[in-house]
Amino acid sequence: MVNTQTIQFPADTLELVHKIIKRYPEGKQKSALLPILHLAQAEWRWCSPEVMDYVAGLLNIKPVEVYEVATFYTMFHLEPVGEHVIEYCRTGPCCLMGGVDVYDHLKKKLGIETGETTQDGKFTIKEVECLAACGWGPVFQIREKYYMNLTNEKVDEIIEELSK
Amino acid sequence: MKILTEHINVPGIETIDVFRKHGGYSAVEKALKKMTPDEVTEEVKKSGLRGRGGAGFPVGMKWSFLAKPEGVPRYLVCNADESEPGTFKDHYLMWKSPHTLIEGMIVSSYALGANTSYIYVRGELMYVVNILEKAIQECYDKGLLGKNILGSGYDLDLFVQPGGGAYICGEETALLESLEGKRGNPRNKPPFPAVKGLWQSPTVVNNVESIAATSWIVNNGGEEYAKIGIGRSTGTKLISASGHLRKPGVYEIPLGITVEDFIYADEWCGGIREGHKLKAVVAGGSSVPILPAELILKTANGENRLMTYESLSDGGFATGTMLGSGGFVVMDETTCIVHNTLTFGQFYHHESCGQCSPCREGTGWMDKVLHRIEHGKGREEDIDLLVDVAKKIEGNTICPLGDAAAWPVAAAIRHFRDEFEWHIRHPEKATQKGAVFMREGASWTK
Repeated sequence: MVNTQTIQFPADTLELVHKIIKRYPEGKQKSALLPILHLAQAEWRWCSPEVMDYVAGLLNIKPVEVYEVATFYTMFHLEPVGEHVIEYCRTGPCCLMGGVDVYDHLKKKLGIETGETTQDGKFTIKEVECLAACGWGPVFQIREKYYMNLTNEKVDEIIEELSK
Repeated sequence: MKILTEHINVPGIETIDVFRKHGGYSAVEKALKKMTPDEVTEEVKKSGLRGRGGAGFPVGMKWSFLAKPEGVPRYLVCNADESEPGTFKDHYLMWKSPHTLIEGMIVSSYALGANTSYIYVRGELMYVVNILEKAIQECYDKGLLGKNILGSGYDLDLFVQPGGGAYICGEETALLESLEGKRGNPRNKPPFPAVKGLWQSPTVVNNVESIAATSWIVNNGGEEYAKIGIGRSTGTKLISASGHLRKPGVYEIPLGITVEDFIYADEWCGGIREGHKLKAVVAGGSSVPILPAELILKTANGENRLMTYESLSDGGFATGTMLGSGGFVVMDETTCIVHNTLTFGQFYHHESCGQCSPCREGTGWMDKVLHRIEHGKGREEDIDLLVDVAKKIEGNTICPLGDAAAWPVAAAIRHFRDEFEWHIRHPEKATQKGAVFMREGASWTK
């Protein structure tokens, strides 16, 4: 869990935050909200109210302006998640390529359902909509990495690799 | 004829040196040193290039609507929020050849008189954001971005903005809201972005593929571009081919080849996967009407269906569809149309921004009703209920997401009503794993 007293980006991330704010005209720093929420999530895994308040402070906007945005976009986790969040595409084209069976296998392998986290806190599974990789389906993503043309065997390999 | 992808498999094409060795950035040299911004716009108009994001609106005309009041900044924003199910061409292009987009951004920004431009990339593609940022840095280092580009006196800053996971941000005014750090709720129009866009300044929003094509148009002239294709479908188009094909992937086609060639020729998708038959195609991304095999290969008049805006929409929605974003999803006889329609129904329900009641409530209803039909709890009157809900959404929302949600459901029922009926009347069969309705006499069951 995040200690609310110590929510502070490391110095190099803070520097990046200030660089990002300069991408927009004077007074339009709110535009940096999505990029900074991504940085915050990379740092603290999820967007807790404390994290969102911290981001609001950085951008000099009201906390509610952060809440309303973080709750709108599906990439932001509003509850604690595991170390590896597996986001699988459930939309039509991936299903055509056998996605449903592969994802069932994934859930069985980890012993959890969509939206749940393994007891050791290692994995969370989330169901997402189209990831724009339909020709290479079934697909899931873990952080920035896309895993494509998934099969049960590939899923086993990925999970074993990440479990090490 | 390849315009965007000619060098896409050259090793190192993502680096500026290799890209330049293959003619990259010659359009920037030509436009900034030898042409006025209006001359660039004129060539784009002559090319007949139409918006490649889905709507197909002429790019040059969109540019000419841009308001140019004195002392007010203008912006070019690239829509790289590619999220339409079945579409992954922009992803592919930016991933493999980021400079192809960046060159187009410089040329297009110059034409519009923008000194700051943004590429709004869907947030899931953070690795592509990193690829683009690296390529942009190379351009700054070589004097292709920043102050006084190539000594021309023209200044341009280019930034990449990640989204947060919201299909609606592909709608241009929602995208602008998002770029301003807000929820992606589409704006009421007018005013259009060309007059009041990003931070209330005149703004043009164009798709990745549209912008990328402008470099070739500058190099070769709009008339040369217009020679490719047929009629008002000029140039080449990236088609994202997915589903039950031998060779799914992204193909750059000259507009005007036949649908049959695209599916079956070895040069393109190479046919349906071994031992199977074509049942249906969603030709332009999940939003466009699905067509059964007979109607996708031939129009209702028996003519060959072509990969053009006009031919694909021949027959209206009764027997036609749309080119849309070029998300070409192919289904063989093992596909359950009800299940596929349900995944689209879930998609639109999840992605509706919630502003307009017909869309917010209607997508929820469609999702729920499709869900119960798929899971053996359908009622006879559910089919007409779906048609009714779809009708009540269509045309009653401030952005096209409502239509996009209604059309695929209405079309699935229009062409595969018997499949929905079978699900409702034989739930014990329909809910068995892998069970698919087989229409007697249809080409895919013979």
